[in-house]
Amino acid sequence: MEKMARVTTALGGNTLTGRTMYCHLDAPANAISVCRDAAQVVVAGRNIFKIYAIEEEQFVEKLNLRVGRKPSLNFSCADVVWHQMDENLLATAATNGVVVTWNLGKPSRNKQDQLFTEHKRTVNKVCFHPTEAYMLLSGSQDGYMKCFDLRKKDSVSTFSGQSESVRDVQFSIRDYFTFAATFENGNVQLWDIRRPDRYERMFTAHNGPVFCCDWHPEDRGWLATGGRDKMVKVWDMNTNRAKEIYCVQSIASVARVKWRPECKHHLATCSMMVDHNIYVWDVRRPYIPSAMFEEHRDVTTGIVWRHLHDPYFLLSGSKDSTLYQHIFKDASQPIERANPEGLCYGLFGDLAFAAKESLVTSDSNRKPYPGDRRHPIFFKRKLDPTEQFESVSSSALSVFETEPDSSSMGWFVDTARRYALAGRSLAELCDHNAKVAKELSRNQVAQTWTMLRIIYCSPGTVPSANLNHSIGKGSASLPLMNSFNLKDMASGMGSEARLDRSKGENRSENILLDSSTTLITNDENEETEGSDVPADYLLGDVEGDEDELYLMDHENAHTEEPEYVLPQEAFPLRHEIVDNPSGPDHLQDKADSPHVSGNEAETVSLTPVESFSLISISHTLSESRLPPDFFSTLVRDMLRFYAEQGDVQMAVSVLIVLGERIRKEIDEQTQEHWYTSYIDLLQRFRLWNISNQVIKLSTCRAITCLNQASTTLHVNCSNCKRPMSNKGWICDRCRQCASTCAVCHHVVKGLFVWCQGCSHGGHLQHILKWLESSTHCPAGCGHLCEYT
Amino acid sequence: MIVADAENCAGIQSYIPYAQCGGAGASEEQKMAPTRRLPRGPSAFIPVEEILQQGPETIEEQQLSLEVSASGRPDNVMLVMGLHPDYLSSFWKMQGLLLRVDGPLPCPWRHYIAIMASARHQCSYLISFHMAEFLQVGGDPEWLLGIHRVPQKLRNLNEINKLLAHRPWLVTKEHIEALLTTGEHSWSLAELIQAVVLLTHYHSLASFVFGCGILPEGDPEGNPSLQVPSPSSGQSSPPNGDPLGSSGGFDAVREVEALMERMKVLQECQLQEEAASQEEMENRFELEKSESLLVAPTSDILELTPSPDVLCFVEDPTFGYEDFTRRGTQAPPTFRAQDYTWEDHGYSLIQRLYPEGGQLLDEKFQVVYTLTYNTIAMHSGVDTSMLRRAIWNYIHCVFGIRYDDYDYGEVNQLLERSLKVYIKTVACYPEKTTKRMYNHFWRHFRHSEKVHVNLLLLEARMQAALLYALRAITRYMT
Repeated sequence: MEKMARVTTALGGNTLTGRTMYCHLDAPANAISVCRDAAQVVVAGRNIFKIYAIEEEQFVEKLNLRVGRKPSLNFSCADVVWHQMDENLLATAATNGVVVTWNLGKPSRNKQDQLFTEHKRTVNKVCFHPTEAYMLLSGSQDGYMKCFDLRKKDSVSTFSGQSESVRDVQFSIRDYFTFAATFENGNVQLWDIRRPDRYERMFTAHNGPVFCCDWHPEDRGWLATGGRDKMVKVWDMNTNRAKEIYCVQSIASVARVKWRPECKHHLATCSMMVDHNIYVWDVRRPYIPSAMFEEHRDVTTGIVWRHLHDPYFLLSGSKDSTLYQHIFKDASQPIERANPEGLCYGLFGDLAFAAKESLVTSDSNRKPYPGDRRHPIFFKRKLDPTEQFESVSSSALSVFETEPDSSSMGWFVDTARRYALAGRSLAELCDHNAKVAKELSRNQVAQTWTMLRIIYCSPGTVPSANLNHSIGKGSASLPLMNSFNLKDMASGMGSEARLDRSKGENRSENILLDSSTTLITNDENEETEGSDVPADYLLGDVEGDEDELYLMDHENAHTEEPEYVLPQEAFPLRHEIVDNPSGPDHLQDKADSPHVSGNEAETVSLTPVESFSLISISHTLSESRLPPDFFSTLVRDMLRFYAEQGDVQMAVSVLIVLGERIRKEIDEQTQEHWYTSYIDLLQRFRLWNISNQVIKLSTCRAITCLNQASTTLHVNCSNCKRPMSNKGWICDRCRQCASTCAVCHHVVKGLFVWCQGCSHGGHLQHILKWLESSTHCPAGCGHLCEYT
Repeated sequence: MIVADAENCAGIQSYIPYAQCGGAGASEEQKMAPTRRLPRGPSAFIPVEEILQQGPETIEEQQLSLEVSASGRPDNVMLVMGLHPDYLSSFWKMQGLLLRVDGPLPCPWRHYIAIMASARHQCSYLISFHMAEFLQVGGDPEWLLGIHRVPQKLRNLNEINKLLAHRPWLVTKEHIEALLTTGEHSWSLAELIQAVVLLTHYHSLASFVFGCGILPEGDPEGNPSLQVPSPSSGQSSPPNGDPLGSSGGFDAVREVEALMERMKVLQECQLQEEAASQEEMENRFELEKSESLLVAPTSDILELTPSPDVLCFVEDPTFGYEDFTRRGTQAPPTFRAQDYTWEDHGYSLIQRLYPEGGQLLDEKFQVVYTLTYNTIAMHSGVDTSMLRRAIWNYIHCVFGIRYDDYDYGEVNQLLERSLKVYIKTVACYPEKTTKRMYNHFWRHFRHSEKVHVNLLLLEARMQAALLYALRAITRYMT
């Protein structure tokens, strides 16, 4: 407490000094109110009713109004209010429905003045007229508001809200005759004190009870309301219809709201449950409180600004039996702890980024995000210079729009639609998928598929001779993956000799290439020699078979000389590899054969080398008949690579296509993770069928059971046409078997088709047959069933 | 057209009681439909015609509009509640939320908690219903062998279940703390809230089941152990099935008249004097509280020996309602309604942890509190708010909740002794309700009005227990 600020404010002749301080009460407080001169505060609760003097260092108990041997329920206060004109006059609302006034000027110990027992239920609120000395207003749980003239014994007028429970009543500060009342059903009513028969206006302010309201001390039209729906709303009542001008979202139901003196847009709130803090909001900044008092350990039940014209002192009472004076200087400012940056993706891939202006401007010379097309837009917001926190409140919002092309996921959708995942042989699937990928000009993916085909299908289905042959003939798939395939294979081969050999060859080739740029033809000769197929034949075939696959090369192929076709063909392939280092394999590859990696720098000259060595290696491969298991680690790494790159589609597709061949290589959790990601993506693109297919084909238990959960089918009983409970074949209502076939009258087990119009149906085959010859329902109900 | 795979259902079918008698069901239905036999109504207390007065059509339409879904059969509870369709709809919304809509607790757990709660009152009707549901949503059949077979976490709920069922005022922050302290079997706050709502819901639903003498559905012979211990079997019921008939006699008419008179007097004098001093008000509450000691049902008319298939879900079966004020012992402090109200505090807390639940509960309480047809027996156009409030506050009084702004003298004036006995029995030890008690109070009133009393009972009891539980949770949180 020592380090807390001491504040002195001059208010005309009156000065307020003090510090943050508190005192213990004997019992929980329900409400507090302050004397006009800001020197005394009254605290009221079920078991407490005391007046404290606010001194500089502490609260001093001045008076205990709870007198008598056996305190009656009249002392059990729900609310208390101190008259702002007469400092001897207090009023309390008792939980038993009594309104009591107290006169501190009475000489006796018992200061109780008058007792109004007109309300039948708990009185929630009492309110003195701001300027009239004898006028008191009360609002009760019984739905009535009563206006008392303190010079008379009974109420002068009764206002019926026509509903349950008045929660708050407040005289307007400026309009002499007007008061506002809030209700448990969410309504706010405005009354003219002279017209008790009917309210002037009514509007629904909140969803659920409106616990409190407060008129703005300066602006006559503004009314703040707080409700159980956790909102504080500010209404402009000047217009014909009450207009909501500000809305603050709090985190708990709002029990009290009080405008802050001298600050047009500030108000203080406290909550009824769960949250013990007092917040001061700038209504124009509804998402974060501008100040917060965290002293109380239980819910705050009453808040009041100490002086009508002083914005820095706030008094509060709480269920934790303490009375606090809060000084604004000591308030914690959540803004300081808040993260000043915000980042969010839009629906169409746009990215919005908001930050403190200072941060953004200092970074503005940074290179913009690559996908960014539109330059950042800056929104500036300036507050009144008199306001606090102005320094932090100006912020900048940048929106980055992604280019339509780059963000387009068309390829994803297309691929998902066209991939074949099951139902054919592995080789066919691979071929098909490679073709699909190629057509979407995703060359690397296409090559991977082809490669997979070779790895898993070659030993069995493609004998070695055949392999060479197919290379020679330029079969549709093989050339595509030649160079790529080679690299992985080279690294995959454990055999020293083979490695040496390829190294040696590479080296020799390098020398050759370095020495001459026209060695391509030479090189090619070697290759064709190896495959025992004339070069012409090869080239011709390539042109013929691969028109559709080599879209990019198509024109070139036509214009080029025959000799150059092969190198040309190799270009894009080669390019693929350089672009996409395939993870660990590649690194290892580099390490093993520095020459190869060295070659990568030289783009053109390298290609022949690769295509050359391909032949030899695939040769040896097929000769040695390596089991497909041999590659599984490699394939696994490849899948990981794709998944890490974000192409989970590839990973999952391969996983499904290869099935058992690769499944055990990858741990269940990773698989599940891939599957869920892919399914999620598919569902975002509304590819329900495909996602369902994937779920069905997956081997993960966690995934396959996705389809078994929460799949509900609502059917009607065919007899009574009412919805069936989904628990069997018997209709609960008519106790008959509901799913009988309308054609053969047997119970249908298995596929059942039914008309949503008339609830009749039966075996799929029967119904199909029936509807071929007739348009009416087979049950004879006269409905025109349609089968779609 | 929709193609359904009916085969899927085959596995589940064997669990459903209906499925077993399915074949016979159809023909039986036809026999029964035109002339329903009296004992086959949904309630042992209320003649079937009374319930069907509304016409089964309205009830079923009601059901259609409610999307009662999974268990969507018009079970007997629903038929009886159907006498008050407004309430029925909000009740089923709540129950649907509790049992079926996504929430913190897994579905089998919810049904098991329902079983645990119903078992406290030995309500075999609810137990058997939820055992079937439990299995249907994929619960482990092992669990149904008894409470000792379920996970520790669920078993930890026993203590609070016991207290909420019988002496909710004993629930303290420590109980909540014990459940929530981190550990292997700890509950999360959201789970606990749902569990508490479930528990209180089923405790009070058990009250309703016994209070209205709901009979099990399905097979009339049934399994005798599953039968509600319907007193009609034990005692020859007095021939006053139809309250509007001759048997009620002159006395009953006079009772109604007297009640009307008293209400009028009370209303008038409230406007005039309000002389009762505070002390007297205090005394009246105390009087009402202690008097409730005396209105305990003449003990052991029907000392139940709970069947073992119920007992297996209960720990400490002897724990029961104990009168709130016991002479000699230290009475727990009175719960002041104004200090922790549902509207302000209870709702705000639930809303935070179980938002949909809070909303629906609030609606339900509101519906039941404002439900009225402005009729009393054969009189119409009567403002019954006073009577309803008396009943509501009396129930809360029995659970030790006091309203500062209520004069408990009214309870004495408005509620006749037999009604008090009935209310107290149904609220505190519903399993002891007998048909005689049911018949004995308000002899000239309609059955639907008696069901109305039961609805008030159900909700007031639930709110009382909830308030105690929520207050404890609030205290734990602060």
